[in-house]
Amino acid sequence: MTSATDGEQAFRLELEGITKIYPSVIANEDVSLKVKQGEIHAVLGENGAGKSTLMKMIYGVARPDAGQMKWEGDVVHVENPAHARSLGIGMVFQHFSLFETLNVVENVALALPGNPDLKELAEQITEVSNRYGLPVDPQRLVHALSVGERQRVEIIRCLLQNPRLLIMDEPTSVLTPQAVRKLFDTLRKLAEEGCSILYISHKLDEIQELCHVATVLRDGKVTGDCIPSEETPKSMASLMIGKELPVPEHSAPAELGEARLQLRKLSTKSDDPFGTDLRDIELEVRSGEILGIAGVSGNGQQELLYALSGEEPVADADAIVICGQPSGRDMPDLRRRNGMGFVPEERLGRGAVPRMSLTENALLTAHYKGMLKHGMIQFDQIAEFARKCIDDFNVKCGGEEHAANSLSGGNLQKFIMGREILLAPKLLVVAQPTWGVDVGAAAFIRQELIDLRNEGTAILVISEELEELFEISDRIAVIAEGRLSPAKQLADTNIDEIGVWMSGMWDQPAIAEVQSHA
Amino acid sequence: MLRLERRPEASHLMSYASPAIAIVLMLIGGLLLFIFLGKNPIEGFKVFFINPISDWYGVSELLLKATPLMLIAVGLAIGFRANVWNIGAEGQLIVGGIAASAVALYFQEAEGAHVLILMVVAGAIGGMLWAAIPALLKTRFNTNEILVSLMLVYVSQLLVSWLVHGPMMDPDGFNFPQSAMFADSALLPLLFDDGSRVNLAFVFAIGALLAGYIFMFRSFFGFQMQVAGYAKDAARYAGFSARRMIWIGLLSGGAMAGLAGMSEVSGPMGQITDQVSSNYGFAAIIVAFVARLNPVGIFFASLLMALLYLGGEQAQQYMNLPSSISLVFQGMLLLFLLGSDVFINYRLRWAREVAV
Repeated sequence: MTSATDGEQAFRLELEGITKIYPSVIANEDVSLKVKQGEIHAVLGENGAGKSTLMKMIYGVARPDAGQMKWEGDVVHVENPAHARSLGIGMVFQHFSLFETLNVVENVALALPGNPDLKELAEQITEVSNRYGLPVDPQRLVHALSVGERQRVEIIRCLLQNPRLLIMDEPTSVLTPQAVRKLFDTLRKLAEEGCSILYISHKLDEIQELCHVATVLRDGKVTGDCIPSEETPKSMASLMIGKELPVPEHSAPAELGEARLQLRKLSTKSDDPFGTDLRDIELEVRSGEILGIAGVSGNGQQELLYALSGEEPVADADAIVICGQPSGRDMPDLRRRNGMGFVPEERLGRGAVPRMSLTENALLTAHYKGMLKHGMIQFDQIAEFARKCIDDFNVKCGGEEHAANSLSGGNLQKFIMGREILLAPKLLVVAQPTWGVDVGAAAFIRQELIDLRNEGTAILVISEELEELFEISDRIAVIAEGRLSPAKQLADTNIDEIGVWMSGMWDQPAIAEVQSHA
Repeated sequence: MLRLERRPEASHLMSYASPAIAIVLMLIGGLLLFIFLGKNPIEGFKVFFINPISDWYGVSELLLKATPLMLIAVGLAIGFRANVWNIGAEGQLIVGGIAASAVALYFQEAEGAHVLILMVVAGAIGGMLWAAIPALLKTRFNTNEILVSLMLVYVSQLLVSWLVHGPMMDPDGFNFPQSAMFADSALLPLLFDDGSRVNLAFVFAIGALLAGYIFMFRSFFGFQMQVAGYAKDAARYAGFSARRMIWIGLLSGGAMAGLAGMSEVSGPMGQITDQVSSNYGFAAIIVAFVARLNPVGIFFASLLMALLYLGGEQAQQYMNLPSSISLVFQGMLLLFLLGSDVFINYRLRWAREVAV
């Protein structure tokens, strides 16, 4: 350590003119960033703004093409993550790297150098978890842990190495509102003890609540620094996307029409030992409404979506009724013919074939709308459909002949959404409509959903983003541990109640009572 | 330091350049091989690659050998595009040959075109039946079609061996393990009247390539199979039946391999022996991959592979090398192809060493 730690300019980390050029894109251009000790520093930006690349360079996963990094005053070239850890840099990734079949101690031990004594380590884990309010039982198997608990294991794993800089990549996307608050307490405590935190997010309200300073990235460049507490979400959003954030117009609920989707005691048994069984799910979505389903990921959303789409048909045909047709046993293409559209969570590889052109990807689900003649593909018509989709839904791409994997996540989502909407579905099921999509595209997609509802389509949205559900839904329900709560009118509930429900506690009268009178 | 770096997008150019690179490397490997064997490499190259096609008869032999390869490879490619891995075309060829031979022997006295037509149908059905076994086991019990189809090759080899030593043996054949020669009505007509052996099967092969092309690139079924090959989950999302693709993939390969078996017994052989196939079923797998699973490519790759067969024979005759040298060339071709295919998705970069 050097003398740079004392004095006024005690920066823990300084980046100067960092540039990273990938073959087809400049990920970071001349990025400079300074983090003081004990500072919670937000790195704010849309998807694709270059946040993750920047963090990867700090953590030694990638190397900058130009610029330099100073760690506690000295110029360093971080060789690899192990080198970063030895410097005192820890990182919690958005996607966890834990072995599900091992317990907590074993998972932590794997990340440590040498051959630690498991018993001693378990004590250390307990100590750290008590100190920072991260309750975790060291002997539990990881597959039995909730997502929030898994994240705690990841954080503890970092903390055991006494980091002086902790990088958190979109940590709250998998947490309930209550768990987010606990995480914030932990982070604040860490910061008080002098640990610097780089907090990556696109959620403006969180950054306002937690972070001391924010650096905003757009298109790989720093567009501004700000003190979040002195800004409004609106002003930060305009720094982030370079223009005013459009707000979707949600007109009053239209006249409700007939039921387009009915689930009657839908139960499934998961093949996956770590999957979730669905238990007696009942719901109804009617023409002209948006029903939102909230929930922490891994509580049966995947299973419900597979059953709804027909990718995993169920044994009981009457359990799923689509536009009046008992459809439980139908394959996806038949359900589509009956009027259902479906936008899955994974765009590349499920909603679209990565290596195929947009034209061919349009054919994937649009084929039954007169795109075939005697089993032969009518390429002109399908290309016309793809072009219309690109124009109407403002998809930025090189043209309909370009491959799906050449599009950004948000543009591909717009294309898939457009494809399903152009098929004029009577019922549209959408999973994570704006997951990983930049703010501008997200607003566009939400507006499209609302417009579609106004035209009389029944829409079911399953999302992990509560704010989104509260923005677009007419009614909202919660899925937890494979069970579905009753749906409530949006006006009759609030984020806190839904947050409590997300832990599965809607049928405990005491809580429900308190909440409904709150 | 050289580093392998993932390309942002798969290289289109490289996916077509890769077979060409593999062929060049195979030629270089061949030259080295000749040197190590103490042969003159230039002479070896000439004997292997030039002599076999230096006259029309040689070219006609090339077309004759390429015929079964084209048939099988196009059938296999249909399945391979959907990631249905039929490795047992060799066995399906043998069973197709057996079925066609059974028809030929049954109608030994008959005249007329119906004999050949029945043989074509029997050959295709025989191959399909043999391919239906892995298809059934895969769709019912999720067994691995690679293993099942491959193991059935050995079963079919034993089957044909038993037949030509028993029920199908020529009663007047001095106990040789072979059937009686087929009657003229059971032989495929020759295309040319000049002593060459190219027969109607070559026309079948060209027809199969055309049909395969239309199926793969114009039909919705072909599209579905390509989707399944590129992204299984997308095929499921769209509602394309995975079972149907397994069936189509295996049966098309089986039918074409069976037809190839028929064209062998009814063409150059004129009878059935326990040597029905000259490894065509396996060589066609290499053909399909060198051809990038594309019928146009299959046409040329089959000619190349046929040349390796002929070259091996010539090398045996004029250079005292074992004919299995053509297998060495086939193996090199596949190895180099797989090696250079790495560069479709990756590229080499000089990575700068950074001092700590």
